[in-house]
Amino acid sequence: MFSRAYRTAVAVPPLVWVAVFLLVPYMLMFCYSFWSVSESGTIVHSWNLDNYHELLTKPVYWETLLRSMWIAARVMFFSMLLGYPLAYFLSFHAGGRKDLYYQLVIIPLWVSYLVRAYAWKTILGTDGVLNTLLQYVHLTSHPLDFLLYSPFAVVLTLTHIYTPFTFLPIYASLEHIPRNLVEASHDLGATPAQTFWRVIFPLSIPGVLAGATFAFVLSLGDFLAPLLLGGPSGIMISNIVVSLFGAAYNWPLGAAISLCMLALVLGLILFSERLEKKWSFS
Amino acid sequence: MQRASHHDPRWLTVHALAVFAFLYLPIVILVIYSFNGQGVGGFPPRELTLNWYRILLNDGPIWDSVLNSLIVAFAAMLIALVFGIPAALALDRAQFPGKALFRRLVLLPLILPGIITGLSLLMLFRVAEVKLSLVTIILGHGTALISVATTEVFAGLQKLNRAQEEASLDLGANYWQTFWRITVPNLKLSIIGAALLIFTLSMDEIAVSFFLIGRDNTLPLEIWGRLRRGITPEINAISTIIFLFSLIAIVFWYRLRTRAEVATEVGAELMETAGGR
Repeated sequence: MFSRAYRTAVAVPPLVWVAVFLLVPYMLMFCYSFWSVSESGTIVHSWNLDNYHELLTKPVYWETLLRSMWIAARVMFFSMLLGYPLAYFLSFHAGGRKDLYYQLVIIPLWVSYLVRAYAWKTILGTDGVLNTLLQYVHLTSHPLDFLLYSPFAVVLTLTHIYTPFTFLPIYASLEHIPRNLVEASHDLGATPAQTFWRVIFPLSIPGVLAGATFAFVLSLGDFLAPLLLGGPSGIMISNIVVSLFGAAYNWPLGAAISLCMLALVLGLILFSERLEKKWSFS
Repeated sequence: MQRASHHDPRWLTVHALAVFAFLYLPIVILVIYSFNGQGVGGFPPRELTLNWYRILLNDGPIWDSVLNSLIVAFAAMLIALVFGIPAALALDRAQFPGKALFRRLVLLPLILPGIITGLSLLMLFRVAEVKLSLVTIILGHGTALISVATTEVFAGLQKLNRAQEEASLDLGANYWQTFWRITVPNLKLSIIGAALLIFTLSMDEIAVSFFLIGRDNTLPLEIWGRLRRGITPEINAISTIIFLFSLIAIVFWYRLRTRAEVATEVGAELMETAGGR
């Protein structure tokens, strides 16, 4: 029913925009990763694998990458632990208050990311809220100084920030489960636990995969929370990239690391899509 | 062990309360500290003051950055809608070579860490010798947020009754008229939802802006600069004000949605699509 002219008119402008502002920049990043920087600080357009060689041979890069992945994995785990039961509660037990609770989960997203991260800093600091309370109830006599400027602080803050992001797709997938399936399971004599593990959970796996991917990928690429709360032991891979594009001035090496991150992220997305196909029952 | 404890609504209620407490704790702290007489030190506050709000009112650079952020968010919203709506229509209705790649590329910034989007655009602007300014930030936000407009509108299109458009075309209206009189009014809610979401996401965006910033700061970057320099209770005050405005926007959106009696969860659809549907 839609003419050729109509289809061209809707397809061409976004295609051109996406090509110029997404495809070309990614390709440039690819090119940069094979270039190098001369002594005088100019970019040399000679093609070689030096940057990748440096990434593989200098332990600081892959150690930081592994540490970032470990932080991201913990964020993913904890936001799932918080997000899944919450989504389940809202979808199956909240009754008429469902919409209200849903909005309550969303509202924190409207407070600036930076400001929430900073609020955690005031909570965890040596004269912060938590330490004052702990001393007030005499659980400790000195302020605990390991709370802030540690991977712990980064994991806590990122979990706070990405829990709503894991909640959303899980909630959406739980909401799509036909309720008569759940009733049928009850009617046929399944216990609530059996109904959950055999009917509800398998059907919510697409949401779980989407939420897990979100939490992992977005926290893997974060560089602001580590700068604010991480201290030296909480430095993540993106912080290295930021410094390479800033003071250290080695764009090609930074591009090579970014490209590795991009490849890792794309791999994860494809992997979760494949898993999801395996688990979809329709 | 017939009734496993994790299916007990009471257990779930307690868990939900704990999660809400976790999500709201920093926000409560932030609001309290914006009235704290001793700045950010000391808890609980011994004296309350409106001082930080008074200082904030006279803080020129902050309000300049708020204005910049509003300009950026508005312009980015226009770009994202102008290219995102046709992109959704194209994905819904047109077949062309590379459609799968196009779909993936459009949605990619949604799931990609902002640093990758920001850096790749920085390289583009460097090679094209474009000077960094608010314009480059607008281009960055607009490009990244096309994904939001496309997913929201695409979800709306799935629910659209094509018969109306068909009737309009049969009755002699051209595509342009049909688009403005049938398609857009039917997608009104998706478009408004997308616009609101794009606007707020842009207002809070920092990872992309971080690399594309010229001389003028957006609000998040101004806040970042001050947080790096040290203790600034004013930040708590401005965040409290913005939080209040966001709440008003949410209530507004909620009313609109209820009146239209459409139960679409903006955001949920977005996340679902981005997760690779």
